[in-house]
Amino acid sequence: MNLRKLFTPGAIYYGLFAVFLYLPIFLLIIFSFNDSALLLFPLKGFTLQWYKNLANANVLLDAARNSIIVGLLSSLAATVLGTMAAIAVVRFNFIGKNAFIAVAALPLVIPSVVVGVALLILYRQFFDMDLSLWTVGLGHVVINIPIVMLIVGARLAGFPDNLEEAAMDLGASYWGAQLRVVLPMSLPALVAAFLTAFTTSFDEYAMSVFIVGTDVTLPVYMYSLLRFPRRLPLVVAMGGLIMAVSVIVIMFAEWLRRAGDTQNLAEN
Amino acid sequence: MEIRSRIATLVSPPAIFLIILFLLPIGFMAVFSFRLGTLGEARDVFTLDHYRDFLANTSFQRVLWRSMAISFWVSMYTIVLAYPIAYYLVFNTGSRKLFLLTVIIVPAWVSYLLRVLAWKVILGSSGILASFLTWIGLELSGNSLLLYSPDAVVVTLVYVWIPFVALPIFAALERIDPSLLEAAYDLGCTKFQAFLRVTLPLSLPGVVAGFLFVFIPTVGEYVTPALVGGVDGVMFGNLIQDQFLRGLNWPLGSLMSLAMLVVVLVPLVVFGRFFKFSDLAGL
Repeated sequence: MNLRKLFTPGAIYYGLFAVFLYLPIFLLIIFSFNDSALLLFPLKGFTLQWYKNLANANVLLDAARNSIIVGLLSSLAATVLGTMAAIAVVRFNFIGKNAFIAVAALPLVIPSVVVGVALLILYRQFFDMDLSLWTVGLGHVVINIPIVMLIVGARLAGFPDNLEEAAMDLGASYWGAQLRVVLPMSLPALVAAFLTAFTTSFDEYAMSVFIVGTDVTLPVYMYSLLRFPRRLPLVVAMGGLIMAVSVIVIMFAEWLRRAGDTQNLAEN
Repeated sequence: MEIRSRIATLVSPPAIFLIILFLLPIGFMAVFSFRLGTLGEARDVFTLDHYRDFLANTSFQRVLWRSMAISFWVSMYTIVLAYPIAYYLVFNTGSRKLFLLTVIIVPAWVSYLLRVLAWKVILGSSGILASFLTWIGLELSGNSLLLYSPDAVVVTLVYVWIPFVALPIFAALERIDPSLLEAAYDLGCTKFQAFLRVTLPLSLPGVVAGFLFVFIPTVGEYVTPALVGGVDGVMFGNLIQDQFLRGLNWPLGSLMSLAMLVVVLVPLVVFGRFFKFSDLAGL
């Protein structure tokens, strides 16, 4: 690659765009290693103090544990429900299909605050339930169903249904064919969908804050810490860790999804 | 018959779940907007009071308009900034296309709260940007750069949402048949004319989808305005949050939430045919 090709206006714009996207994140990470409670230039020196403090912040660790539990369970439920929806939508035509797609897709796009307050009213005023990690988790399933449906649906649309027909010709029941042919073929997408749902749940604040009980999730706890400027570096360190984990998880999910797609191309 | 039972088995669980935990709550919220109060006896009284209050309260309406204006400008800026990126990726990057697209998308999956926090920390009057400028010898005229203003909300939201706009535009550009462009060149179009008369019109569905992808969720924003917006940057979502978490006027909050739902559903229904849900998957 020669230099003239590297410095086209398009490439320069892309570079600036990437810097705009990544610089704020890197700044935050740099300051999580800065030896000062204030987030100011010049940098004061390198420290791991904030990360060490994390290990002693019990409430923070509890919140992290809550978020992991809620994330795992809600993503599992969303993966099951979303995959069923994806198979139905991609493989069948039925009355009300468009309405079904619209309702299943809406939670992803409409403002989270609307979903949050609607669930709060349902839980408190109509079911008289106490708010808990369960109520948050159910809310996360609602917003994760569209994500799963989207990712798994794209994969299902990528291979023809004559493979399951072949399995059925060879004696498998319909559900046997789904279980032993369709799901294994969609596995990369299923895992990608699960991981994407997990990171979404792990990071959800705008809806969760309305329906969370006394056991808070990590984003809710982190937001409450923002009122105390002195605790900011701790939040930033926690953020650095979360970012590292979610970027790794998401890269892995992306890789799986794309690996699935390339496999498709090779097969067709 | 067998097919029907298969469809029923596949559709019922997600459908029942979404009816109980998505449609029903929104229905209940609509019912609740007619209740007089949140608790006790007032809860059982039905009234149109909140509707009258809402229509009479000009500050609510002002904030709703401001939210729509902020979201509108955020959508426009993100489209203008993201379009060249999508164009560059589709037409100029060849085999590195997917890699370069992924580089742009990854930040979108980094903690939302942290990305907003980053801007709060950067823009603050004693923040990173201000201290950096002072450090390298530039004195600031004002004591605050941008923080606590509608502009700060716009900048932060543009930053947060820009990858989601790049995706549908990218997908729309990808769908353009290259032979159409070749035909345009054969017929004597310059590169710019071909862009104006072939590429741009054909990519418009992606632009509209990108607009909706950003406009609809951002109208309901309240976290970003709460962190970087200050008094002048308050959005409608903040008013709703106040009714539920502080003011304890849930019926009025329900009504405001319904009003917001109408604001987002109207463009969705009008431009729905451009809204390719699958574009968000990034191919």
